Amino acid sequence: MNRLTLHRLILWTALLLFSAYFLLPLYVMVATSLKDAEQMRTTGLLGLPDSPTLAAWAKAWSSACTGVDCSGLQPFFWNSVQMVVPAVLVSTALGALNGYVLTKWRFRGSETLFALLLFGVFMPMQVVLLPMSQVLGWLGIASSIWGLILMHVLAGIPSTTLFFRNYYLGLPDELIKAAMLDGASFWQIFRRIVLPLSTPILVVTLIWQFTAIWNDFLYGVVFSGADSKPITVGLNNLANTSSVVKEYNVDMAAALIAALPTLFVYIVAGKYFVRGLTAGAVKG
Amino acid sequence: MSAPSSPAAPWLPRLVVAPSFIASLLFIYGLMAWNGYLSVSASRLLPSYEFVGFEQYVQLADSDRFRVALTNMGLFGALFIGGAMALGVLLAVLLDQKVRAEGALRTIYLYPMAISFIVTGTAWKWMLNPSLGLEQVVRGWGFEGFSFDWLVNPDKAIYCVAIAGVWQSAGFVMALFLAALRGIDDSIIKAAQVDGASLPRIYWRILLPSLRPVFFSTLMVVSHLAIKSFDLVMALTAGGPGYATDLPATFMYTTAFTRGQIGLGAASATVMLATIAAIVVPYLHSELRSRR
Repeated sequence: MNRLTLHRLILWTALLLFSAYFLLPLYVMVATSLKDAEQMRTTGLLGLPDSPTLAAWAKAWSSACTGVDCSGLQPFFWNSVQMVVPAVLVSTALGALNGYVLTKWRFRGSETLFALLLFGVFMPMQVVLLPMSQVLGWLGIASSIWGLILMHVLAGIPSTTLFFRNYYLGLPDELIKAAMLDGASFWQIFRRIVLPLSTPILVVTLIWQFTAIWNDFLYGVVFSGADSKPITVGLNNLANTSSVVKEYNVDMAAALIAALPTLFVYIVAGKYFVRGLTAGAVKG
Repeated sequence: MSAPSSPAAPWLPRLVVAPSFIASLLFIYGLMAWNGYLSVSASRLLPSYEFVGFEQYVQLADSDRFRVALTNMGLFGALFIGGAMALGVLLAVLLDQKVRAEGALRTIYLYPMAISFIVTGTAWKWMLNPSLGLEQVVRGWGFEGFSFDWLVNPDKAIYCVAIAGVWQSAGFVMALFLAALRGIDDSIIKAAQVDGASLPRIYWRILLPSLRPVFFSTLMVVSHLAIKSFDLVMALTAGGPGYATDLPATFMYTTAFTRGQIGLGAASATVMLATIAAIVVPYLHSELRSRR
């Protein structure tokens, strides 16, 4: 064997071993979720199910117990949907407007305001939890989905503003100037020129916000009430509900139900997801 | 300032951003200050605004549980940051070798970033289950004496959190480094090869050192993720056994929201804020500066 093939062999062994390492938990989740209690015993952690069944999925969706309540993850899933849609749309829209003004309609102090806002991307949210629960109480939306939406919008504005601002920096100012000479207004320029050029960053931001808000656990566990808990809180309660026999197959089906929406988006639009990750970290 | 300004309605842009800017800045700095005030108040089960100075911080420093959380933070932080960075850079270098199916491999390495830490924690909890999980598998392979009970071992459980954390975040580091490696001019590699340098040497001595800016911004992002780690611990160990895997974030949550010690919780949140600010503020400062 010559040197080059040997190198390739080592390279591919490493690449495939790492693939196995990353895929193992997903494989275990899927395989386990398709087993019943009997097969769990006979096939162990890594075995394939002998006769796959969706019983664990059905139970996780509609009849598994989270604490004393036994209606599965279904209500939590719909809570998350009701929370995610408005929170993603509002935070993205505000980010787009902020980014537009911060790059094309700068005013005295706007850069400083942006720098102040930027710290919100990184700050530990623990620092706002206690006061925020009081604010939500005053507004009369404590323990409700509206409270969670407000929290997610406020927590999301710094990132969405950052995304749009960095993207709009790349749009030539001449474009805006020319439109202004033609008498176009602030809103006309935004609607007719800037928005049509924003598709890539819109997709990136929508995906980023969807993933972040769907996967959030901290605000969900702190600010939700009995009937507004998001799916992550439901899953955590389900997996930590102590029963006589621990049903890991139901836990795994529940974990997959919670993961499917964001995994689906990742697989369909992975390119944009990666761009969001890099945009959040490297701001050059 | 090359951007145009509108002579007709100079107030309009400001008016448009005012609501969200005011709300955001109040949210960030107003609540931050309010939390700071709670941390020097006598608040326990209910907020109280009786000023007690640094009493809560003294109590925090005396708290055995908080000390455990800080020790864990150091240990978990080092393993999580070191592990994710090392594995991520390695994966990026491997993927940079013009391999076929690079897209598929990248998708596999990065998908954990798309799922919730609660999902990750639930999955790893099952795999690391002392009697049914990986221990059982290895015993089935004939190693009867094999024992892997880290998840329920107070001295070892924090390593389990780090293992799952690295699994989740290494792909993120890979994505950033791969993008940066792709930005390097090919002629540098060719020139070095002509000089007879081996490929590992080229990466180690030339390419990776040239990625210093990416290294620092990645390190910064991963470090702040480490300090904010909360979900993974809640799902994997819920801070247990006992409070052996508490981190500052779980300490803050438990103290403020389940044990009803608001003042103490606020003080621990302020400590987290100070730590992150110490890392992030210099970074943001230099980032914003260098761009002008």
